[in-house]
Amino acid sequence: MDFISILSIFVLACFVGYFVVWSVTPALHTPLMSVTNAISSVIVVGALIASAAAGSATSKWLGLVAVALASVNIFGGFAVTQRMLSMYKKKERRDA
Amino acid sequence: MHEAASVPAWVLLAYLASGVCFILALRGLSSPESSRRGNFTGMVGMAIAVATTLGTHQLATLPEIGAAILIGGGVGLITARKIQMTAMPQLVAAFHSLVGMAAVLVGAAAYLNPEAFGIAARITPIASPSIISIYPVSRIEMGLGVAIGAITFSGSVIAFLKLNGNMSGKPILLPLRHVINFGTLFAILALIAYFTQDQSPWVFFTVMGLSFAIGFLLIIPIGGADMPVVISMLNSYSGWAAAAMGFTLHNSAMIITGALVGSSGAILSYIMCRAMNRSFLSVISGGFGGEVAGTGAASAIDRPYKRGSAEDAAFLMKQAEQVIIVPGYGMAVAQAQHAVREMADLLKNEGVKVKFAIHPVAGRMPGHMNVLLAEANVPYDEVFELEDINSEFAQTDVAYVIGANDVTNPAAKSDKTSPIYGMPVLDVEKARTVLFVKRSMGGVGYAGIDNDLFYRDNTMMLLGDAKKMTEEIVKALG
Repeated sequence: MDFISILSIFVLACFVGYFVVWSVTPALHTPLMSVTNAISSVIVVGALIASAAAGSATSKWLGLVAVALASVNIFGGFAVTQRMLSMYKKKERRDA
Repeated sequence: MHEAASVPAWVLLAYLASGVCFILALRGLSSPESSRRGNFTGMVGMAIAVATTLGTHQLATLPEIGAAILIGGGVGLITARKIQMTAMPQLVAAFHSLVGMAAVLVGAAAYLNPEAFGIAARITPIASPSIISIYPVSRIEMGLGVAIGAITFSGSVIAFLKLNGNMSGKPILLPLRHVINFGTLFAILALIAYFTQDQSPWVFFTVMGLSFAIGFLLIIPIGGADMPVVISMLNSYSGWAAAAMGFTLHNSAMIITGALVGSSGAILSYIMCRAMNRSFLSVISGGFGGEVAGTGAASAIDRPYKRGSAEDAAFLMKQAEQVIIVPGYGMAVAQAQHAVREMADLLKNEGVKVKFAIHPVAGRMPGHMNVLLAEANVPYDEVFELEDINSEFAQTDVAYVIGANDVTNPAAKSDKTSPIYGMPVLDVEKARTVLFVKRSMGGVGYAGIDNDLFYRDNTMMLLGDAKKMTEEIVKALG
């Protein structure tokens, strides 16, 4: 991909982000933060490439540490979001 | 960039699919019903991204990678399960720091082994060993990614220490801090520009070091009450760091995600600033919430106020038609959310209408109070945002303010000299009676301003620990 196509994806994604995030209900702002945390760990892709590549041992070890850090975030972020979301309940039907 | 041809189309499509999953994950958060499905979609997106990467690279180091994922994943899962909901702001800050650090490490790995990332060309001058030259565009992207990652890391570490109480929430003001900060930022940008000409290690690692320093310097002057903005801002930075790395690696999943997270954090920062009627610049330049209150506070200490007991409070609320509960950071500190829910349930059994009113900056992060109330099993359709409930206080018999202070201060509406003038506040003083739970009369809110509400005729102060006081009211109601 050339720089311009990447830039296009980026700019359009910013707009998507803008509209999607404004539609998030304020009550769920904390889960929003924890889930964005989890997904920003997609940076693990870069870490995996570094760990899998031959050529530089230092680079490989840096990659492995990054994989571990990002994994904390991925698993922790999604799990804690799930835990929070499962607490949001509607009013139970009660007799009037 | 010539390596594009070597990447099979299905790989590009898989990363795109993963990016779309992340968009849907955020979209799901528009309502609590769809949110769980959204979160699941997010997990699917992450699984696609990881599987695609593993599937397209040599797997010689698979055992090590597996071990790294197991260790990291284990730590993450255990933390997620054990963490108390009141500690959510610290946890989020800690998670931000990890994203930042991961970005720095990936950047460093890419710098040391650029060929593996397909961002360098091998140049062989005549009669000398070949040189690996990183593409200039990639150098800028890499430099920015590492710089933003490092700022995210050190900034989040400071935010974590402040939120976790290891470090005072008071702002630390260095002399000449604006000069130092601007100088450092300028030096970072200048070095990244120079990096395109000279890819020697000292340039790269100086950028990294300076960025760690600036993250630290930017956050130490910001006071505890401004943490909702800081934590949203760091959220945004972690996104931009991921996006910059996505540019380096030409990976659409990372770019889409980075843009989503970046705009999410930016919008949350904006919402938080608006809720405090302060500009983003005034928040990040710091210093708020530490200085001794200018006027009012000292002279006000001996003003007369009405003090009530738990029994009085219980009696008043039982007689009421409608009670609005206004929680704040103090409720989180005292872990009083369960007692509050119990109180609400007893009142509902008495036929009292109970609602909750939440100010956007109540607590230490966006949505903090909502999560705590949800944890205590308060149905989310009884919890209202500022603009949805403010008109109701006038028809309300009792407003029960627990651990919130500045967000209820009427001075924000009337006193032009007040530091919080213009901040949207909850109109609790319009309720027939205000019950204000507070540890003692001495302390003032985080903004360091006295609250006129304490001395009004229709206010009854309930002095004591938020949790104990609420439990006593529960006892008196039962």
